[in-house]
Amino acid sequence: MQIRLENLKKKYGSLHAVNGISLSIPSNLIYGIIGKSGAGKSTLVRLISLLEKPDDGHVYFDGLRVDDLAKEELIRRRRRVGMIFQNFNLFSSRNAAQNVAYPLEIIGTPKAEIRFRVAELLDLVGLADRGNAPISTLSGGQKQRVAIARALACNPDILFCDEATSALDPQTTHSILALLKEIQRKMGLTIVMITHQMEVVRDVCDLVAVLDDGKVVEEGPVADIFAKPESDVTKEFLSHLVGTDAGGEEQMVQWSSKRGAYILRFRGETTDQPILSQIVRETGIDFNIRAGGVQKVGGEVEIGTLVVDIQGSGKEQEDVVARLRERGVHVEREERV
Amino acid sequence: MSAKIWILIWNSTLQTLGMVFFSTLFSLILGLPLGVLLFATGEERQGGIIPMPLLNSVLSRIVNVLRSFPFIILMILLFPLSRLLIGTSIGTTATIVPLSIAAAPFVARIIETALKEVDPGVVQAARAMGSTNFQIVRKVLIPEAMPSLVSGVALTIINLIGYSAMAGAIGGGGLGDLAIRYGYQRFRGDIMLVAVIIILVLVEIVQIMGNRLSARLLARR
Repeated sequence: MQIRLENLKKKYGSLHAVNGISLSIPSNLIYGIIGKSGAGKSTLVRLISLLEKPDDGHVYFDGLRVDDLAKEELIRRRRRVGMIFQNFNLFSSRNAAQNVAYPLEIIGTPKAEIRFRVAELLDLVGLADRGNAPISTLSGGQKQRVAIARALACNPDILFCDEATSALDPQTTHSILALLKEIQRKMGLTIVMITHQMEVVRDVCDLVAVLDDGKVVEEGPVADIFAKPESDVTKEFLSHLVGTDAGGEEQMVQWSSKRGAYILRFRGETTDQPILSQIVRETGIDFNIRAGGVQKVGGEVEIGTLVVDIQGSGKEQEDVVARLRERGVHVEREERV
Repeated sequence: MSAKIWILIWNSTLQTLGMVFFSTLFSLILGLPLGVLLFATGEERQGGIIPMPLLNSVLSRIVNVLRSFPFIILMILLFPLSRLLIGTSIGTTATIVPLSIAAAPFVARIIETALKEVDPGVVQAARAMGSTNFQIVRKVLIPEAMPSLVSGVALTIINLIGYSAMAGAIGGGGLGDLAIRYGYQRFRGDIMLVAVIIILVLVEIVQIMGNRLSARLLARR
């Protein structure tokens, strides 16, 4: 199912939590919405998941306006939307299987059918033998799996993940993301991932929108955003990724504790070319490489990153940057701290 | 003490148990919806699912007034109501009316407090899944709050045991009545003592059972 947001606005007191967001989320893929805390992510989720009504603007699901639904229609619509949360929000009075059964119970599914469907769902998330487990006995990763099974119980068209991996350790995050990706492919649903973790966007999302101050500052395919970040917020997110990544072989290698003055980003085929040494030969200007690495975006496209200093005068540096850009390398100047 | 007196004590104990049982039942019937309404109409960040500030503050005032009313005076004020419902204003059955009404606002507050302890995130999840408000109350809030609700009901019963003894002072029957009429007015200290001990034992039994049940519910989570 595709989602379209038209100039959404929501105010709390004098705070414009969401201030004119327009987005188009195509169906059958994973869409990331990234932003720092206070950027308006949570409010945006509450608006798209129909938990709150916008002050202004519209929400469309498959071309149908859904932000103005009457109560009964709204409840029916919400039943076609799955949602998982940072804190799992499972019912502690119910065991794992009973949690998964809840959304089926409230729509009046017959008991035998519930039992069958719950077993199927627990199996899907890899918890076939933990149905009778009280929630408090499950690990964080297992809790999120139960939550995913519960969210999928009614065959939703969309799955919202609100900071779904933020409370999990890197390894568990990895396995939950892999599960979500697998489910997306299997069930052909639209997943919207709201997060502040760039690695989540890198590992599973196809498209991403960057939020800041209640507005979309950048939007596009993840590979493009990683190769050519435009806004300061995006660049900051990318810089956090450097060296903090737990992906093992994808890690950045640091040769120097000092950060370089320039960040070079290579994409796809440019990662295989000896661009730096060509430029050194042409200009006679030396590079000092501080750090570098290659990361896989969305499991397919490779993005290379180098943090370098360029020797020589200001003018010579500008010349080198121009030559790099000519060859398709994205160059950012780092602010000296 | 003669056998006749023991029979008297036994009958009074049964009267007290009857009064407490029925007034607990009726105060729950009155207080449960009131407590749920108090919670549901409360502020959204405290978990209110249908925030209605005006209704909430009116209900809250009424509950506060009723709770701060001295029980013995409330009972006298409610004599006409007892007469209307039961046909008399004295005796065990008639006393159930003021007892239930006096305990209902207490029950309402206890239920409201227990529901406020439920994680608002869980309620949000239930809402996002398309639960109706009634489903949220019945299938989420009440089961999630059950251990605190059980403790709250135990506390209500203990309060009602105390109130029912007080009701004895104005012809309510039960152990309080026995203690006053025989123990105090006829200088039978021994009967007074036995009545008080039975009341203490009843309170202790309810407290222990409430704690155990609540703990057992928590242990299963």
